[in-house]
Amino acid sequence: MRGARPLLPRWRAPRWAELVAGWALLLAAAAAIGFIVVYVYGADTQWLGLSLGLAFAFLAAASIVGAKKLVPQERKEEEREPLDHEKDDLDIAVYFQEAGQGITRTKLLKRAGGVAGLAFVGAIVAPLASCGAFLDVEELRAMVWRRGVRLVDDVGRPLTAADIAIGSMTPAFAEGSDREKLDSSLIVVRLKPADLRLPGKRSGWAPDGILAFSKICTHAGCAVSMFRYPLYPPRVPGPALVCPCHYSTFDPASGGTVLFGPAGRPLPQLPLAVDDEGRLRAAGPMSGPIGPSWWGVQEG
Amino acid sequence: MIYRLVRYLDSRTGRTPVVKKLLRYIFPDHWSFLLGEVALYCFVVLVWTGIYLTFFFDPSIHSTIYHGEYGPLRGQEMSQAYRSMLDLSFRYKAGLLMRQTHHWAADVFLVAITLHLVRVFFTGAFRKPRDLTYYVGILMLALAMFEGFAGYSLGDDLLSGMGLVIAYSVVLSIPFVGGNLALLIWHGPFPGTSEFISRLYIAHVLLVPVAIGVLLTIHLVTIVFTHHSQFPGKRERESNVVGTPAWPGYAFRTIGLALSVTAVLFLLGGLVQINPVWEWGPYHTYQSTNGAQPDWYLGWLIGALRLMPGWEPHIGHYTLIPNAFWGGVLFPLIVFGFLFAWPSIERRITRDYEFHHLLNRPRDVPWRTAVGVGFFTWVGMIFFAGSSDRVFVQMHISYTSQIHVYQALVFVLPFVAAWVAKRVCEELLRAEAHPLRGPGGGRVRRLPGGGFERVSRP
Repeated sequence: MRGARPLLPRWRAPRWAELVAGWALLLAAAAAIGFIVVYVYGADTQWLGLSLGLAFAFLAAASIVGAKKLVPQERKEEEREPLDHEKDDLDIAVYFQEAGQGITRTKLLKRAGGVAGLAFVGAIVAPLASCGAFLDVEELRAMVWRRGVRLVDDVGRPLTAADIAIGSMTPAFAEGSDREKLDSSLIVVRLKPADLRLPGKRSGWAPDGILAFSKICTHAGCAVSMFRYPLYPPRVPGPALVCPCHYSTFDPASGGTVLFGPAGRPLPQLPLAVDDEGRLRAAGPMSGPIGPSWWGVQEG
Repeated sequence: MIYRLVRYLDSRTGRTPVVKKLLRYIFPDHWSFLLGEVALYCFVVLVWTGIYLTFFFDPSIHSTIYHGEYGPLRGQEMSQAYRSMLDLSFRYKAGLLMRQTHHWAADVFLVAITLHLVRVFFTGAFRKPRDLTYYVGILMLALAMFEGFAGYSLGDDLLSGMGLVIAYSVVLSIPFVGGNLALLIWHGPFPGTSEFISRLYIAHVLLVPVAIGVLLTIHLVTIVFTHHSQFPGKRERESNVVGTPAWPGYAFRTIGLALSVTAVLFLLGGLVQINPVWEWGPYHTYQSTNGAQPDWYLGWLIGALRLMPGWEPHIGHYTLIPNAFWGGVLFPLIVFGFLFAWPSIERRITRDYEFHHLLNRPRDVPWRTAVGVGFFTWVGMIFFAGSSDRVFVQMHISYTSQIHVYQALVFVLPFVAAWVAKRVCEELLRAEAHPLRGPGGGRVRRLPGGGFERVSRP
């Protein structure tokens, strides 16, 4: 190259480093080819990962040896350029100021500009309202349970009182409903009638000691899928429904009140009745709104 | 050949002086400066493996019956999204490798960002003129967490569904507008409609990655503009920058680091199982499992949700603050608020508005280190509380007792840790000892009176 002058410090790479880098490159190539071979024959995930990982590792080794031994080593020092340019900063401000020097009705234009800006932001954002019927919060209060709705199991078979053994836990759904909807799913348990401590208003909600609660935790919406029922002494602490997400713990005997954990309100209870055929039916709506709490959830 | 290429490009763009300057851009050397680079290379691996995954993933909640390779789930009803996750894992060659590498890369990405943040905090690298870079970094941390959550929520397996319903509850818990907001995002009450997964998908594969990419560019460009900071040394002063030039020394080093990170991620992806979605099964709103854990970087949020007692203040009959708000909204707002506010808080306390290109060692500013240690201990305790269900399941330590202990510790331990940190800093500052290597010795002289006097420091 004409006119070239040396710019980097003189450097002689050690022979071993050249050999190491060369071998590392060859091994990287071998591992990469190995990856392709593994991919074609069988493609076992472990071998794929091992071969591709090693290919990158050898390439990395070559690069690091190259950085530390093959290219000239330098430690350079440089003065920092100042970061503030006071005169230029001032000039920019002046450009903006003087651009408006011919305007007298500044206030009017600023206000009109502000209004236009806001209106346009509104126009750009407005179509986002199509994302969901967000004004209709009644959807969040959907309640499929009414007096007479039958409880069915996970394959749609109506549940009978005889299906529910003492100390057992049975998932149930509203007959004919979409089971994925939060208001459909129930957890049905049976306690000894003598152990019940339901409030007076709920007497008769638990025929033969069978209790039904919303399966959706009032804290963060997970399925309450754990049931504690001590079978032999010590029987304290007593029966409890537990959500596995944050361990909100509800007391079925007293109507789903919170025993422990972050839930702020009881698990809603469904009043039950047993019909002439022995099948479980809802005797009315749930004791309160189902699902995680929100602004529209009312106390009482 | 290089010369001819450069001549060709220069005569068409005239940018050679800039390129020449960039080639000789100086990188100060310290191992801790590599943490940010590790995060950068994780992001690159995430983008490449992620693009591969999109070739196979079907973001749809339409129901289907599984007839694939994995026997135990055959005949089960599941969403197309979950079905395509299973196919990625069992049907397509290298699919599982890419999926697991992608997942590992996300976890390592957030480890690297977090450690990078800790390094920047304790060395005072966030001070003027790098506060702008710092703010952008914090924003990226938040986005990266959201991005990771969106990623593992897409699969519609049992764990992702449980995560989503918690996210739904957290949105729902925002006072006054939570219900409306949740309906807007999910297109109806949980579990939402097919529109929701379309939104989650485009957020995960386009909106958030592009946002991170833009912020990353700003992050890097502002660093180049201000130059790297450096620790004080024999040659290092406020007014200069000392280190290895980009070309040739640093380029090969950083390529070596990029390749090493990629190597580790593929080795992890191939050899260490992560998120075996086929074991969780498809999600249904009425199912859940004990001992479910999110990816590690959301542990602090699940911890906060777990630790909060069941408070739900009311206005009249209405729920003013649903419980999930405390741990799911307020807590992260406080944490990120602190991180965002810290540079200006420190400026206000120290009344130091000067430029700082030399870094502090953590001991150099004991009170800042104490505040930082206290803060990170606080978040760390809540993070550990997030794992109390696993501790309960595997070590049989009562869950309720653990929670009560943590509830006390989160108020006590940060102050203890801060006090200890301050004392250690002051002691180290006095003795000028290396925290790990201990005192290095020095010369003493005996005085005529029989006492000793130190002549030189180690």
